[in-house]
Amino acid sequence: MSDTITFSKGMFSITKQDWSLHRKGPIDQTRHKEKIKEAIKKNLSDIVSEENIILSDGKKTIKVPIRSLEEYRFRYDHNQSKGVGQGEGNSKVGDVIGQDQGDGSGKGKEAGDQPGVDYYEAEVSIDELAELIFEDLGLPNLEEKKHQELESESVRFTDVRKVGVLANLDKKRTIMENIKRNAMAGDARFKDVKNDDLRFKTWDREVKLQSNAVVIAMMDVSGSMGDFEKYIARSFYFWMVRFLRTKYNNVNIIFISHHTEAKEVTEEEFFNKGESGGTQVSSAYELALSIIDERFNPQEWNIYPFHFSDGGNLPWDNDRCVDLVLKFIDICNIFGYGEIRESHYSLMSTLMSAYSRVDNKKFVGVTISDKAEVYPALRRFFSENEVTKK
Amino acid sequence: MADLDILDPSNSSQDDRDIAELGEAIDTCLELAHGFGLDPYQVHFEVVPAYIMYEFGAYLIPGRFNHWTHGKAYYRMKTQYDYGLSKIYEMVINSNPATAFLMEANSLWQQKMVIAHVLGHVDFFKHNAYFGHTNRQMVDIASLHAERINKYEYDHGTEEVEKYLDAVLSIEEHIDTTVRIRQELSLPLETSNSQPESPYADLWDLDNQTKDKAKQAQKDKEKARKKFPPNPEKDLLRFIMTYSRELEDWQRDIIEIVRNEALYFLPQKQTKIMNEGWASLWHQRIVRELDFNDSEYTEYAQLNSGVLSPNRRNINPYYIGWKIWEDIERRWDKPTSEEKERLKRQGNEGHNKIFEVRELDNDISFLRNYLTKDLIEELDLYLYEKRDDQWVIVEKDWQKVRDGLVASMTNFGDPYIVVEDGDYKQNGELYLKHQFEGTPLDVSYAEKVLQYVHHLWGRGVHLETVTDNKKVLYSFDGRSNTRRTVN
Repeated sequence: MSDTITFSKGMFSITKQDWSLHRKGPIDQTRHKEKIKEAIKKNLSDIVSEENIILSDGKKTIKVPIRSLEEYRFRYDHNQSKGVGQGEGNSKVGDVIGQDQGDGSGKGKEAGDQPGVDYYEAEVSIDELAELIFEDLGLPNLEEKKHQELESESVRFTDVRKVGVLANLDKKRTIMENIKRNAMAGDARFKDVKNDDLRFKTWDREVKLQSNAVVIAMMDVSGSMGDFEKYIARSFYFWMVRFLRTKYNNVNIIFISHHTEAKEVTEEEFFNKGESGGTQVSSAYELALSIIDERFNPQEWNIYPFHFSDGGNLPWDNDRCVDLVLKFIDICNIFGYGEIRESHYSLMSTLMSAYSRVDNKKFVGVTISDKAEVYPALRRFFSENEVTKK
Repeated sequence: MADLDILDPSNSSQDDRDIAELGEAIDTCLELAHGFGLDPYQVHFEVVPAYIMYEFGAYLIPGRFNHWTHGKAYYRMKTQYDYGLSKIYEMVINSNPATAFLMEANSLWQQKMVIAHVLGHVDFFKHNAYFGHTNRQMVDIASLHAERINKYEYDHGTEEVEKYLDAVLSIEEHIDTTVRIRQELSLPLETSNSQPESPYADLWDLDNQTKDKAKQAQKDKEKARKKFPPNPEKDLLRFIMTYSRELEDWQRDIIEIVRNEALYFLPQKQTKIMNEGWASLWHQRIVRELDFNDSEYTEYAQLNSGVLSPNRRNINPYYIGWKIWEDIERRWDKPTSEEKERLKRQGNEGHNKIFEVRELDNDISFLRNYLTKDLIEELDLYLYEKRDDQWVIVEKDWQKVRDGLVASMTNFGDPYIVVEDGDYKQNGELYLKHQFEGTPLDVSYAEKVLQYVHHLWGRGVHLETVTDNKKVLYSFDGRSNTRRTVN
């Protein structure tokens, strides 16, 4: 763009100048974004088990309620005050002019002018959220094994900018910007590219080579597992799977669901299928151990078995479970057991009390009684320890 | 004003030609505006790209101080613009000379409409009484404010200043419109321990001294118990700035800055409907005189009807304002026989009348005086409220609708809150009172604001209001929010 152009006449003047160095808005916008990030981090426990995330069906972005970003003012309760509006000429007393969306799940069309919504909805991509959640998580006790390598990679597209090396031109965005600008002038075509339209990508790439790992996700699907228990187990595994795939390129995940019998299932079945019947936990452990035996030589693999259950087990099976857990501990990096209880005050299950005899740092047991405890559980299981060499 | 650049047509770039064309358009619009009787300040037009436009839209004054809330507004406007949901065609700054920003991407016919609209605003800014005290150098002042706040960030840390601004901005609406009147009448805030005004003041009392001694003692006693402030104080910012015992100079200065800018915005909030209506009235009349070709005129008609379209949940100030202006003009031009007799209207006074109203009224008096029964029915205005999950029309009676509309604008639509006691419990705590007029406060918001006010006042803060038909006192002591019913 050229320098300042001025046109001046008695009662008025016109100027057009180069504004490209003017950057006030973007600076404050960045700060606003940072604050959203901070707020999300503070609310991770609540956000992690938000239903609309777990049920997001692969949607790329979700809306999460953030309370601390609202601009608080003394204001009227909109739900208890009258408003003034304008009809199309035939309005009558009693006409309904709008419907509240109620649960705030984002189904409403007019969320923007909905009075009385007392939280700020930040739109974040699931990937962004995952990045925050997994920021300081990792596979614990990861060991360097012989042979095969586990690639852990993080590509960070740190920014899209208006300046950059031509080789990094983001063509798609540039074309979009150009069309957008032309559309504003009334002609939505790709033409006359100006500097202002150009967009460039910049990114950092970090690749670390690590040893192979397999995670065995076991879940109790017996009749005693209610909706709440299943929801918790699935939301834990949802993030676990996502975390493993985000951070490690080559991790294997085996899914096992069990009641009195255990079977290896597909990811799809694992997350969607309900079963019923009694419970025999050892069946799952035995299946897992035989899978390890057949496919994952502990000399070459880091092995991470996790098991979620409500703790209800056939009483005579508990001792057998303890024996099998000890077997896991011999060959695995950790063994994670999560027990879901609907109330903090209910007694420890017989299974959990049997496990209290297991005295080994590799055994990690947690109980979850509330949606908000899923995130802390993730942190318990996946706090990265130092890599130990073998 | 800026220097006169003589453009050399043989060597002109596209930009130069655009500017020259725009210059002609402005010239024509101005001539027409003068012909209609408008009398704007000189205007400086600045053609800006979209991202600058929505930045100015978000900050309201170019160059205003940095704060994340401005970033949030900026992001919202930018997104809406990027998705094609809204577009800011122009922005006018009430300065002298006035500054008008025109969106670069506007087509020439759009610019013409926008220029005409701008001239209406500038005429209004210049003549309406409520802008009489406006500081016409606010753009420069806002930049100085921004510099000062920058310096405080440098001295005390960005986060601390930001946190402090969060708190101040939470009560920025609570200033006093009558403050200028009070300043002119020099009625300062009284304090409980105010001293005699002059060293000789006691001389006046010499004669009565002895016999009034007893009386005086009694008076002193009363004075000691007297409330501080003596009268409820509406200007929370000014009160806290003056009397908080906790604040450092830079913190008082930030309150002063926020308060100054809030005062600058007041007349604009106060005359929104009149001002937008006035600008819409004149842009339509000026455009009507321009030579638009058919397709331009169709596009213009579309845009214009978009700007002036009714809204089911809010009133559109452009539309309502414009309709009222036209109605006033018509009624004073062609009075009914009753109006002729009873109100002694001569007829053909429409033009003078609207120019008089644009000088003297604000939105509240404008609506009270000129939003008639016929107009309310023609515009199909109504009151609505929430019943269960639905928003339902509850009132169509014209007087109730008018009164409801006026009531919704009282105190700019914000709750009226005053300092009732600045030394509550003789402990320097702050007792605020919501002057309840039937609509309850949003309690969860109020509790958050109390935390902010505590940050400013440094001691316990309390707010009396009415919740569920009971008088309730909400308090924050620095650690937790509490509430209790009071009598």
